[in-house]
Amino acid sequence: MGKTFSEKILGRKAGKAVQTGEVVTVSPDHVLSHDNTAAIVKEFQKLGIDRVKAPDKLVVILDHVVPAAAEKYALNHKNIREFIAAQGVKNFFDVSHGICHQVLTEAGLAVPGALILGADSHTPSYGALGAFSAGIGRSEVASVWATDEIWLRVPETIRVEMNGRLRKGVYAKDAILYLIGREGADRANYMAVEYAGSAAAEFSIGSRLVFCNMAAEMGAKNGYFAPDEITLEYLRDRAREGFDAVESDADAVYAAELKLDLGAIGPQVACPHTVDNVVPVDRVQGTPFHQALIGTCTNGRLEDLEAAARIFKGRRVHQGIRVLIIPASRMEYLAALRSGILEVFVEAGCLILNPGCGPCLGAHQGILAPGEVALSTANRNFRGRMGSRDSEIYLASPATVAASAIMGKITDPREYL
Amino acid sequence: MREGKVWKYGDNVNTDVIFPGKYTYAIMEPEEMARHALEDLDPEFAARVKKGDYIVAGKNFGCGSSREQAATCLKAAGVRAVIAESFARIFFRNAINQGLPVIQCPDAVFAAAAEDVISVDFADGKIHMPQGSFPFAPLPASVLGILDAGGLIAYTKQRLETERKKS
Repeated sequence: MGKTFSEKILGRKAGKAVQTGEVVTVSPDHVLSHDNTAAIVKEFQKLGIDRVKAPDKLVVILDHVVPAAAEKYALNHKNIREFIAAQGVKNFFDVSHGICHQVLTEAGLAVPGALILGADSHTPSYGALGAFSAGIGRSEVASVWATDEIWLRVPETIRVEMNGRLRKGVYAKDAILYLIGREGADRANYMAVEYAGSAAAEFSIGSRLVFCNMAAEMGAKNGYFAPDEITLEYLRDRAREGFDAVESDADAVYAAELKLDLGAIGPQVACPHTVDNVVPVDRVQGTPFHQALIGTCTNGRLEDLEAAARIFKGRRVHQGIRVLIIPASRMEYLAALRSGILEVFVEAGCLILNPGCGPCLGAHQGILAPGEVALSTANRNFRGRMGSRDSEIYLASPATVAASAIMGKITDPREYL
Repeated sequence: MREGKVWKYGDNVNTDVIFPGKYTYAIMEPEEMARHALEDLDPEFAARVKKGDYIVAGKNFGCGSSREQAATCLKAAGVRAVIAESFARIFFRNAINQGLPVIQCPDAVFAAAAEDVISVDFADGKIHMPQGSFPFAPLPASVLGILDAGGLIAYTKQRLETERKKS
């Protein structure tokens, strides 16, 4: 009987053959935390020890409220910097770098076969590079810092066979929203989601990140694409460590095998207040909104910004709409700057913010008032997430958000390409 | 066995409505977290919940963000246990790591109504309700060890001390 990638990666870490359902004690390659590092330090200090066991494994990236929006955030950041210096953590990325999932990826720390844990629910993103990566809580991170160990259950795997080709104006974001809408927010709870099939191999790393990032919204423990030429090309001159890629065996046992015909999907919109409340764009066409957000760890990369810029070029943001553009990282910002598309955004009337999580989690930079509606490229639309509990969030692709911002209401982007 | 009142909610109660993101880097003390528990789902909960009450909810309780405060705030508010049809993975781990019992028991969820007075026998694995008694599968011994210690930090601290004494 063949093995899934999860069985292989966790088995290698456990030093023995493991099976789905088994609980293993393993030592991760990297442990990610962000602004929540300050709170984790407080937990760590209760453990009665002074030193982190393996400081080289820590990756700390400030992104959630950057630069500090108030004194309390500034104090958190200061405490984190002091801890980093005291513990000799070398993989520290201060407020100028961008969103943790993008920064960790472009720094070459996410490689095939790696085991990465993070105090953030979108840690599954690194499956885009063939890693096993899952989110954990603060206490667990503090405990891993102290012991360099964690228990994990080897997850069942859902295989998503992707065939066909996305039509013009339809993107990875539409495909994953469609899948989440069809399968439900808890379809993959506790499980791994492996994106496979002939179409999977054609997606860029950026698009693979979209699929793995949003696997979390199906409840998944982790997402995964088998490493291939595209992965190796991305990691060339970038990978900071050697790696040994793994793939699921052809006769691996899956909990379910789903099919996704990419050619049959049009632009999708997730309506308030759950990510699985998904409809084709024409069902909500004409819905008015106040604020557009293009960015986040889901859709803030160059390919996303380019898709939006193609629509904004030579057009103006509709009166009464506020458009926030937030590149996912400094490197993506630089790429967008060099390509000239930032000029397109500014001319169209968009506001460009610094790389970071921005208003996605409702902490700063564009909070919604009661009665306001946002259209966002983020991954969550839960009630109150971007501000008032009496506001609403719709989720869509960067192209749909851009076309909608020009029309002042939710709009199918295909006629604007 | 302490009796407590049922607070009944539906499916997909997410961590943003349990503990809003705007507070995640602003509020650090559990007592203050408790004052915002379930704020965006049920604004009356935090003021009216009594120590020993139970939350009974549908599928996928705690989905969304990995923020551990979602478990911390409920525990600090006095919630004795969360009983649900199913739990989101990270919340399930976080709750145990905060010493907040999580019980998966769909039958009890279907039977329960808001304001019911119930009790849970953890040793016996039974939920006693006006509608009858409902058995649930006990948590594995390793996980119970974390709950008994009062959470993962206390558990890891004990473990590190034991290792130090041995060496």
